[in-house]
Parts: sequence; structure tokens; C-alpha cells
Amino acid sequence: MSLILDTLSWALILGGSGFVLIGTLGLLRLPDVFTRLHGAGMTDTMGAGLLVLGMLLQSPDWLVAVKLVLIVVFLAFTSPMTSHALARAAILDGIKPWLRDSGKGGAQ
Amino acid sequence: MDHTTLMFAAAAFALLVAMVMALVRALMGPTVYDRILAVNAFGTKTLLMIAVVGFLTERPEFLDIALVYALINFIGTVAVTKFVRYRSLGFPVGDNAEGEL
Amino acid sequence: MARTLSLIVLMLVLWLVMSGHGELWLLALGGASAVLVAWIARRLDSVDHEGHPLHLTWRGLGYWPWLAVEIVKANLDVARTILAGPDAVTPAVFTVKASQSDDLGRTIYANSITLTPGTVTMGVDDDGTLTIHALNAGAREGLETGDMDRRVRTLMGEA
Repeated sequence: MSLILDTLSWALILGGSGFVLIGTLGLLRLPDVFTRLHGAGMTDTMGAGLLVLGMLLQSPDWLVAVKLVLIVVFLAFTSPMTSHALARAAILDGIKPWLRDSGKGGAQ
Repeated sequence: MDHTTLMFAAAAFALLVAMVMALVRALMGPTVYDRILAVNAFGTKTLLMIAVVGFLTERPEFLDIALVYALINFIGTVAVTKFVRYRSLGFPVGDNAEGEL
Repeated sequence: MARTLSLIVLMLVLWLVMSGHGELWLLALGGASAVLVAWIARRLDSVDHEGHPLHLTWRGLGYWPWLAVEIVKANLDVARTILAGPDAVTPAVFTVKASQSDDLGRTIYANSITLTPGTVTMGVDDDGTLTIHALNAGAREGLETGDMDRRVRTLMGEA
């Protein structure tokens, strides 16, 4: 039983770490602030979700488990608000989204 | 070394690498919104890091700190975004109703 | 009043699971805090169908798991796009219509769009037109089928 749980935890935690790294890679290599929001969103949803699921399987008691779930719930509620506030502020500030065909806009 | 310790150490290492990458974006910019986004992403990784370190050192009380960090990170990012956009945290400058509380 | 009571109970349960102590003295403190916060929230007029959407609880049980699956699918898509390099990024800005009848439904729809990686809501008009930024064509097509819009309407009990 413990072996199955540990294997699952390993898979979930490595998966979560992978998604955190890929999302941050997106933060580095995507062309403008609007596209980078998608990379940051990956870290907030799948990265945090898988890491917390992995830790959930290792949690010593239910109090710890509840707090882990609450972390994901808080992130799920706050992450879209942050993304929207940033996108809205940037667009109101006159930053043009980078588009492939027009080749203009974006500050890179 | 116990292999669950190794597991959390691996997660902590991945998070550290990701945090360095987010810092690079924060330093490179180019717009102020890129920097705010990078700092927000850095904060998310910090809170995951606090949780992982709690499990790594077998002190799950760290999760309370992680929860508080999640809230501070959100409020801080929204406040900084609003301040950068409107130069005010209360009422908007001029007659722009967009930033009104 | 039912909303205020359920808010108090919810906060008391939160107090209990965060502290893990069941002593009467601490529970009384928690209850007092919950009542105080609920009173302040009532004075702020935020204990209504928007601030404490109690009526969405049961239908939400069908919506949130569906949204979680969508988020996983979108994550895999965005991960592929990022790993494929700059050529795979074909961002687009477009508008979709939010057909929910009130602000709460529109907010849930807009936040669901933003929570799904690959699409971010950049603006909301008074008539419910959402301006969306999509990372690639796949994310855009997925949204333009209107599936999520329909499911949020079901969540709100409008369809």
C-alpha cells in the first residue's frame, strides 16, 4: 500500500515540478506580456495542483490535508483575478498584444 | 537518505530553478507588467516552496505560512498593478472612473 | 438571514480545521470571530447572492470537476506550445459573447476562461462581450464552440 502511494506521490510531484518548470520556461521565451500570462497560469493551476496532490498523499493527518486543499482553492480563486488585472492594466496602458501576421506591437 | 526526502528535495530543486528563471524575467522586463507578472509567479513558487520545505523538514506547520503567503501574494500583486496603472490606491487620478474602489 | 447563518457556520468550520483544537474556550473564540466577521460583511452588503453564492453549491458539483478536466487538457496544450518553440505561438485577440443574465454568471464565465491556460479575459463590456487573448488557434477554437458558456448557464440554472 505504502509503495503504491509513494510511487503515485513521486509521479505527481515530478509532474508538478515539470509543469512549474515548463510554465516558467514560457515566462522566459514567449514573446510579450499577454502570452507570458498563459505560462504563469500553468504554474498556478497544473503545477501547484499536481505538487499539492503529491504532498496530499504524504500528509500525516487530515489537518495538513485540509490546508493543502485550501492552498489550491485560494490559488484557483486568486490566479484568474491577478491575470485579468494585469492584462487589463497592460491593455489600458496602451501595450499592443504581439500578433504573428502584423509583426508589430509587443515590447521585445 | 529516505526516498520521500529525496522526492521533496527534487521538488524543492525544481522550484529553485524556476524561481531563478522568474527572477531573470523580472530583471529583463521589458515592460513594468512583465516585471509584476514575474514577481507574482515568483511568489506562487515561493508559497509552493514553503509547503515543500515543510514536508522536507517534517514540520507541516509551515503550511499555515504558505496559506498566508498565498493571500499576501494576491493582494500585493493587485495593489502594485493598480498603483502602477493609476498612481493611486484609492481614488483615480483625473476623471477616470476605472480605478475607483 | 439563511446566508448569514451559513456564512457563520462555514467560517466556524474553517476555524476548526485550521486550528485543529476542539476545546470549548477556543471554539467560543472562533464563534465570536465568525459572528463579528459576518456582522461586518452584512454591513458591507457583501452577504448576497454574489458574495456568498450558496445556491450554486449543488449544481457546482457538476461544473467544477468538468472545469478541472478542461484545465488539465488546456495545460497539456499550452505545455506543448511552449516546448515547441516560438513558431508554435499564434496569439489572437477576439471577442465572445457571455450569454449569462447577471454579473455573477459573467464573472464565473470570465474567470473560468482566465483560469484555463491558453486564454485570458482582457476586458468585459456592460453588454457581456468578453475580449479574449488566446495563445494559439486551438485555444481559440475550443472557446468559440461555446461549450463553456453553455455549462456556466447550466450552473446558474438558466438552461
